[in-house]
Amino acid sequence: MDEITKVVRDYIIREYVQEGDDREITETTPLISSGLVDSFSMVSLLRFLEKKYAIHIPDTDATPEAFDTVERIVALVRQFQKTEVGSV
Amino acid sequence: MAFSDAVRDSYQTDIEGIKAAGLFKEERYIHSPQSSEIEVEFPVGSSIRKCINICSNNYLGLSSHPEVIAAAHAGLDSRGYGMSSVRFICGTQDIHRELENQLTNFLGTEDTLLFPSCMDANAGFFEACLNEQDVMIADRLVHASIVDGMRLSKAMQDTFKHSDMGHLEEKLQEHQDKRFRMIITDGVFSMDGDMAKLAEMVALAERYNAMVLVDDSHATGFIGKTGRGTHEHCGVLGKIDVITTTLGKALGGASGGCVSGRRELVEMCRQRARPYLFSNAVAPVIVAGALKVLELIGATTERRDKLEWNAKYWRGLLTEAGFDLKEGNTPIVPVMLYDAKLAQEFARDLFDEGVYAIGFFFPVVPKGQARIRTQLSAAHEKHHLDLAIAAFRKVGQKRGILGLGKKDLLARCAA
Repeated sequence: MDEITKVVRDYIIREYVQEGDDREITETTPLISSGLVDSFSMVSLLRFLEKKYAIHIPDTDATPEAFDTVERIVALVRQFQKTEVGSV
Repeated sequence: MAFSDAVRDSYQTDIEGIKAAGLFKEERYIHSPQSSEIEVEFPVGSSIRKCINICSNNYLGLSSHPEVIAAAHAGLDSRGYGMSSVRFICGTQDIHRELENQLTNFLGTEDTLLFPSCMDANAGFFEACLNEQDVMIADRLVHASIVDGMRLSKAMQDTFKHSDMGHLEEKLQEHQDKRFRMIITDGVFSMDGDMAKLAEMVALAERYNAMVLVDDSHATGFIGKTGRGTHEHCGVLGKIDVITTTLGKALGGASGGCVSGRRELVEMCRQRARPYLFSNAVAPVIVAGALKVLELIGATTERRDKLEWNAKYWRGLLTEAGFDLKEGNTPIVPVMLYDAKLAQEFARDLFDEGVYAIGFFFPVVPKGQARIRTQLSAAHEKHHLDLAIAAFRKVGQKRGILGLGKKDLLARCAA
């Protein structure tokens, strides 16, 4: 597991999994479509990613689909890391 | 564009999808006034049957109280049927302001503004009072109307884990750069029946310079020694900056809601809250009825005391019968079944046994958390509850679930 994947997965477990909930979060576990993360709480995840990786993810890209698994979130972060670097 | 066949087909597909997912909601027609015993036509077209109602928000049993009905009649005669106006044009009568003052006294706040419903109060408050310099930090289980209201505001949205004060503290620390921080919670959570930790929340708000908003819709009139609400129960009367609540549950159950709290926040709502500005004044008949409700509950705590007794008695009966309950000390007692299909079937079986209760499942509650939500009322007599538990026991036995905990219930459903 690479570093970004680990950071995103750890944040999701810490932030969204309630105590006593023993479900496992893998890179492909559905987060929003399963109801674990509601689209309302997604905002704090978006803000965490933007702060941590010094990127800006526009609302048009921060869709529930793009945030539905750790794998997709990591891909989104990578996409905008590239954009930020390219724009310097 | 005409409502073409293609458009119709598209909507029909959506509706079929709702049905296929088991989420289709059907109304049951009630042919009697709201009470602990009601006459129900269900399915539509079937003969009317008498049931014990254990799922209404008629907590104090005042929805059909003769004195409330008489006061509403008098209000209808003296002030008319409708206002045909929003409040600030020509829709405010003396009794509207009188009710606002009475609510202010009852809730122990500085001022109050009536809204057509608490849904509207929540929809209007955040946009009117907070802006992009501010942050709203809400419990993750707040009512849908608060979520909608927050979405309409330009302030930043954040959430904390349900009733997790450590998590809330982290969020308050994180947002110290904002102009205003507002902690947002339900007083009593409608699906789980648990109460917010308001004393701890107020202490955190003082430490981190934040305001507190409580939606006390499932508490006003009966929680706390004199029924003021969760702020009375938690010993923080006068320390909650904003209370939103409803007239549509314990306080007569007709309709209407309010924002009550700091004078300036209420005034901002009067100036800017769109559901207040752009919808009609609460009908005089409802205002007159609500004034009588406040007079009745101000004179004696008899009804909230009876409700408290009923809730304890009912919780004891269910526990003794072997049902798995959510812990709590409010008149909302969720019977946990975890499986959506089982919850639906259980509710149907109860209806056949003469008990009207509803199964709740995703998306109203999280997946795997399906339940029958039972709600007590001061209108319930002991014999109603004894009859209801007999039905619960019978259906529980039929389904083979008595004495089972979460793990066993889920395993049984998976089998």
